[in-house]
Amino acid sequence: MDTFVQQLINGLTIGAIYALIALGYTMVYGILRLINFAHGDIYMVGAFVGYFLAFQLGFATGPSLLGLGIVLIGSMVIAGLVGMAVERFAYRPVRKYSRMTTLITAIGVSLLIENLFVARLGAAPRAFPQLLREQSYTLFGNAAISKSQILIFTVSILLMLLLQWIIFKTRVGTAMRAVSFNLNSAKLMGINTDAIISITFALGSALAAAGGVLTAQYNPQIDPLMGILTGLKAFVAAVLGGIGNVPGAVLGGLMIGLAETFVVGYGQNIGLPTTFRDAVAFAILILVLLFRPTGLLGTTVQEKV
Amino acid sequence: MKRIGIALLVIAAFVFSLACERKGGAGNGTETGPIIVGYYGDLTGRTSNFGQSTKNGTEMAADEINKAGGINGRMIKILSEDDEGRPEKAATVVTKLIDQDKVIAVIGEVASGNTLAAAPKAQKANVPMISPSSTNPAVTQVGDYIFRVCFIDPFQGEVMAKFAANTLKAKNAAIMLDFNSPYSRGLTEFFEKAFTKLGGKVVSKQSYTQGDRDYKGQLTSIRSLNPDVIYVPGYYGEVGVIAKQAKQLDIKAPMLGGDGWDAPQLWELGGEALNGAYMSNHYSVEDPSPAIQKFVNDYKTRYNIVPDALAALGYDAMKVLGDALKRSGSTNGPKLRDAIAGTKDFPGVTGVITINAERNAIKPAVVLKLQDNKYVYQETIKPDTEAAPAGGK
Repeated sequence: MDTFVQQLINGLTIGAIYALIALGYTMVYGILRLINFAHGDIYMVGAFVGYFLAFQLGFATGPSLLGLGIVLIGSMVIAGLVGMAVERFAYRPVRKYSRMTTLITAIGVSLLIENLFVARLGAAPRAFPQLLREQSYTLFGNAAISKSQILIFTVSILLMLLLQWIIFKTRVGTAMRAVSFNLNSAKLMGINTDAIISITFALGSALAAAGGVLTAQYNPQIDPLMGILTGLKAFVAAVLGGIGNVPGAVLGGLMIGLAETFVVGYGQNIGLPTTFRDAVAFAILILVLLFRPTGLLGTTVQEKV
Repeated sequence: MKRIGIALLVIAAFVFSLACERKGGAGNGTETGPIIVGYYGDLTGRTSNFGQSTKNGTEMAADEINKAGGINGRMIKILSEDDEGRPEKAATVVTKLIDQDKVIAVIGEVASGNTLAAAPKAQKANVPMISPSSTNPAVTQVGDYIFRVCFIDPFQGEVMAKFAANTLKAKNAAIMLDFNSPYSRGLTEFFEKAFTKLGGKVVSKQSYTQGDRDYKGQLTSIRSLNPDVIYVPGYYGEVGVIAKQAKQLDIKAPMLGGDGWDAPQLWELGGEALNGAYMSNHYSVEDPSPAIQKFVNDYKTRYNIVPDALAALGYDAMKVLGDALKRSGSTNGPKLRDAIAGTKDFPGVTGVITINAERNAIKPAVVLKLQDNKYVYQETIKPDTEAAPAGGK
C-alpha cells in the first residue's frame, strides 16, 4: 500500500511539472490555434536562466530559500521576455500566412534555441545548484515525501490559482478570453490583440520556466536538450485534457505523469519494460485522437463554412 | 530534370573520389616526420568528463614520450576528434581519422557502446585501436586489431559481487541498469552471476535509459523489496541523480557501482547522497606507490585537477602504444599490431599490463568508498582462477 502511495506521489510530482508546461501550450493554442513547438525549449531556457542566476547572484554556495525565491521569479521574468521575443520576431511576422507556416516556424525556432544553447554551452549536462536543503518526511509506512516535492506541489498549485485568477478576474484575462473566442471580433471591439497575444506568451513561458527551475531542484541535471521530450509529453498532456482548455491542461499533465510512473512501477508485472515509459504518453495521444479528438475537457469546435 | 542529373553527377564524382582515397589504405604512414595517432572521445556530450580526462592523460603521455626523445627520433602527434558520445558519430570520426588523417593507430573510446561502433572501422582498415577503458568483453572480440589496457566486465562485475557478499555481508541485491548501454547490461549480467554463486539473491532488476530524468518509480519498487545493496552499473550523469532521488525516498541500502561512476560531476549531481556508496575502479589516487604518486602530481601540475581513473588509463594506453612503436620500429599496421599484442609486464600507472590472447589486460581492481567528495580506498581484488587461465591461453 505504501508503495502505491509512493508511486502516486512520484507520479503527481512529474505530472505537476507537465501541467505547468502544458498550460503554455494550451493558452497559446487557445488564442492563436498555434502549437508552439518551441515551448519545451522555453522550459529548458528557464532552467538555464535559473542556473546562471544562482551563480551570478551568489546563491550557488549553499541552500537558501530566499535565493530559491529570487532565482525562481527571476527566471520566470526572463523566460517570459524570451517568450515574448519569440512571438514578436518569429511568429507575428508570419501570422498573416497560413497556419502551416507558423507551425513550421515554431519547429524552426525550437531547433534554433536548442542548437544555440548546444553551441554556446555544450551538450554535457550540468548540475543545478541545490537551493533547498533536501529532506524527506515520512507520511505513513514507508511512503516519503521530500522537500523538493512539497515545493513542486505548493508552487505549481499557487501558480495555477494565480493563472485562473488572471484569466477570470482581470481585464487582461477577459481580453484573452475574448481573443481566444474570436481574434478579429476582439480587434473590432477595441482590444489590442497584439499586446494580449504577447502577454499570453509571457505568461505561458513564465510557467514553463517555473517548471524548469522546480524540476532542477528535484533532479539537478539540466542540459540544452532537456526540453524536447518533456515538452512533447506536456503537449500530449494538453491534447489529452483538451487543447485550449486550461483546467484540462492541468488534468492532462497529472494523468500523463501518473501513467508514466505506473508503467515504471508496475509495468514489469505485466511484461511491460520500464523503457516503455516514454511510449505510454504517445500511445495515450493516439488513443485520444482516435476516440475523443477534443480531449477530456475540450469542447467541439465547429468549423465555420 | 537536367539539374537533378548534374547534381547526381556531382554526388557520384564525390563518392568516387572518396572511394579512391580509401584505397590508399591507412596504417602505412610514411617513415619520416611526426607519427600521427588518432584520439576520439566524447568531448562535448553527456559523458564529456570521460572524453576530456582520457584526452588529458593521452596527451600528457605523448608529451612525456616526445620529451624523452620520441619514437626513435620521431615525435608523436595526437589528432583529437569529438564523437559527442554518440556511437554513429564515433564510427564517423574514426573513419575520418583513418581515411583522411592517415593515423597509424587510434586511441579511444571510454564507453563500450561507442567503441563497439567504431572498432569495425579500424579493424577493416588494419589500423590498431587501443581502448583505454571500455570494459565490455565484446569490444576486443571485434577483431585482432582491437586492444584494451583495462580489465573487463566479467571481472569488474565479480569484484563488486564479491565485495557485496564477503565484505558487506549482503544477502539480497537489487540492480538498476541502463537498458541501452552494453556496458551496463554486461556488468549486470556478470554481477548477478557472481553474486548468485556466492549465495546471494538478486531480488529486483529495474532499468532506465540514458537521459531519463525521473528514477523514483524504479527506486520505489526497489525500496518495497528492502534489499541490502543496490547495484547501479551506469554512468555518472544518471548515477548522481539516482543517488539523490534514492535519498529523497529515504533508501538506506548502500549503492554499488563500477568505473562508469568516475567523474567529478558525479559529486555535483549527487552531493552528500553519495556518501556510503562503493565503486570498483582501475586505480586509487591514494595508492602510495611512487609511480602512481608521480603521475598524480604531474597531472595535477599540468591540469590543476586530480586525475580520475580514465585519465590514468588514457595515459597508459598511449604509453603502451609508444612502447609497441619502439619495439616494432615501424608504423605499419600489421607489424604494430603484433608489437601491441606482444606487450608483456608493462609498468602502467593502473597496474602491470600484459596483453593476453583476447587482447585484454589482466589487472586487479580496487574498491573505493565514496565519502564527502573523496574516494576512500577499501581493498584490492585480484583476478582469480576464473580470469587467470585467459592470460595463459
